[in-house]
Amino acid sequence: MRHFPGAAVPLVLFAAGWLFCAAGHAAEPARKSADAPAARAGQKEAAPQWEGVDKTVIEKYAEAAGRPAREPYINTDQGDLLLFCFLVAGVIAGFIAGYYFRALFPPRPKKTEEKTNV
Amino acid sequence: MRGSRKALLILLGVAVALFPSPAYAMHISESILPGPWAGLWFAVSLPFVLWGLRDIQQRSREKPYTKALVGLVGAAVFIVSCMPIPVPWLGTCSHPCGTGLAAILIGPWATVVVASIALLLQALFLAHGGLSTLGANICSMGVAGAFIGYGVFLVARRVGASFFVAAFLAGLLSDWGTYATTSFELASALCGDNSPWQMFLTILVAFAPTQIPLGVAEGAVGAMACLFIHSRRPELLGNLMEGKRA
Repeated sequence: MRHFPGAAVPLVLFAAGWLFCAAGHAAEPARKSADAPAARAGQKEAAPQWEGVDKTVIEKYAEAAGRPAREPYINTDQGDLLLFCFLVAGVIAGFIAGYYFRALFPPRPKKTEEKTNV
Repeated sequence: MRGSRKALLILLGVAVALFPSPAYAMHISESILPGPWAGLWFAVSLPFVLWGLRDIQQRSREKPYTKALVGLVGAAVFIVSCMPIPVPWLGTCSHPCGTGLAAILIGPWATVVVASIALLLQALFLAHGGLSTLGANICSMGVAGAFIGYGVFLVARRVGASFFVAAFLAGLLSDWGTYATTSFELASALCGDNSPWQMFLTILVAFAPTQIPLGVAEGAVGAMACLFIHSRRPELLGNLMEGKRA
């Protein structure tokens, strides 16, 4: 663990910068619509933001080639059901990851405990 | 320092738990590939999966911690390949794959198995990818991602790159390799009368603005994780440290 904290600093800064930029980008359309509601009235609805590259790339080229995607066989993409499924999957996977992480990397005994035991 | 590390880990955990949402990226959705192409990619991926299962069984007998490591890495690959990451200047999202780091830790064959399980669960329950395109998705994320990551790490170590740089390159190139393979799978199946190479390049270029920064991020996170493991339990990395196969 000797190298971890120092090396983590640029990573945390990088992640924070990334989040900051994303938040700024996400706030932009709302700001624009608040500034110019009249100008927006006659326009078409803007393209949805933050779509995955499967929509913007894979499905775009697949549709152009006449192979549009069909609905999944078990379609959980209905309302908040998909959010629920992702949450459950995340909890289960997180539990498994945490369980094995603790088995592989057990916490080190604190120095004070070591001294007391000695 | 220990307290700040704990706080950082808790923050990351909370962030992951609070923002679960579907990520759509390299997964080829249901029925996009014509039947023969989907079948071909199943046939290509099957031997890798079977060999991977055999590899896990064999290594579990030799090293008792293998199953725990495979479980940890499998759960991590599942989570990472579901995690949408926004690319601020584009307004799109994509996800890392985690197979480069997984290949360093458990080897490329076992990585194909864990990636297959993750992709199967995502196709079944998370409307993410597809059952008919599972073979193609295993080939891109499991096979290409794992073997590119593992190969790059070995070569980088052999030519004298530091551990951090080798792990970074493995994560970076395995991510890009996954998306390049997806582009190839799409182009070869959907090009029709046009040149498959031209379509391959077109799709690859379309992926590039999103995947270049995400690949860099995946490489950096993977390298950090490798440093952590190296400092806590270097024996998990086996002979890879010297640039030899584990």
